[in-house]
Amino acid sequence: MPVAPHPTAGAAAPHPANRPVHLSAPMIAIVAGGALLGTAARYGLALRWPVRTAAWPWATFTVNLIGAFALGFVLEALARRGEDAGHRRLVRLGIGTGFLGAFTTYSSLAVETDMLVHAARPALAVAYPLASVSAGLLVALAGIALAAGHHRWRLSRLPQDPDAVDTSPADGEKR
Amino acid sequence: MTVWIFAAACLAGSLGAVSRFVVDGEIRRRRPSSFPWATLVINVTGSLLLGIVTGAVVAHGEPTVWKTVVGTGFCGGYTTFSTAMVETLRLAQGKATIATMTYALGTLVAATAAGGTGLALGWWL
Repeated sequence: MPVAPHPTAGAAAPHPANRPVHLSAPMIAIVAGGALLGTAARYGLALRWPVRTAAWPWATFTVNLIGAFALGFVLEALARRGEDAGHRRLVRLGIGTGFLGAFTTYSSLAVETDMLVHAARPALAVAYPLASVSAGLLVALAGIALAAGHHRWRLSRLPQDPDAVDTSPADGEKR
Repeated sequence: MTVWIFAAACLAGSLGAVSRFVVDGEIRRRRPSSFPWATLVINVTGSLLLGIVTGAVVAHGEPTVWKTVVGTGFCGGYTTFSTAMVETLRLAQGKATIATMTYALGTLVAATAAGGTGLALGWWL
């Protein structure tokens, strides 16, 4: 049962399209490939950056902030370039859903907080999750703003760029 | 740490991300909503699983390879912080203030509670 495409579909990049993208073998393979690298990057960083128990979990904190910034940037940049289809969808699934989704982790944030409670570090157990989420929101917003600014700069420099004119979503820049 | 454990953790992380992709798509298809239920469910269930594995390792001295492959690998790949942040900003952008606060703090509280429940379960099982 096809649904009429939303006029601003490009702005809602993570929402799958009307067809079940999540059941398509090539799309699953792209997510799997990106996630393999994302997990390797997160685990590799954690191995090189061991964190003492009952201390601030710097490794998780850092990967989560880097990943939140990058996902904000990538999704906004893709949404501003056009609808979620073709190579844009592949980039979103491979880098966004796969790599950055696997690079960042919510379960470690939650269980590390529980372990700080268990280790009787109440100040850290409150500060760590709240700092993660508030800083995560700020850096994701910064990533979005950077992508939006870059897009405006690109349009102002290349007004004749057929790519920028033809594939801009309905909510594209008014210049 | 052998290279095999590292490889197994990466494969498990890949499997976790694919599970997230499929679960997310199915929840969105069955319960279309502007509220990001799918990611909330994924992050809470993944925290529960990581809690169970961590609790079992801490309490019973289960081989830490399980913690690495299932915890660092699968749970890490399954749950996602970056998507939760971007979805929170989308809700805020839509002027849904109550939904924004509910999502951001609700995920945090529910995931931490699920992780704590998992730790207790892993401890007692």
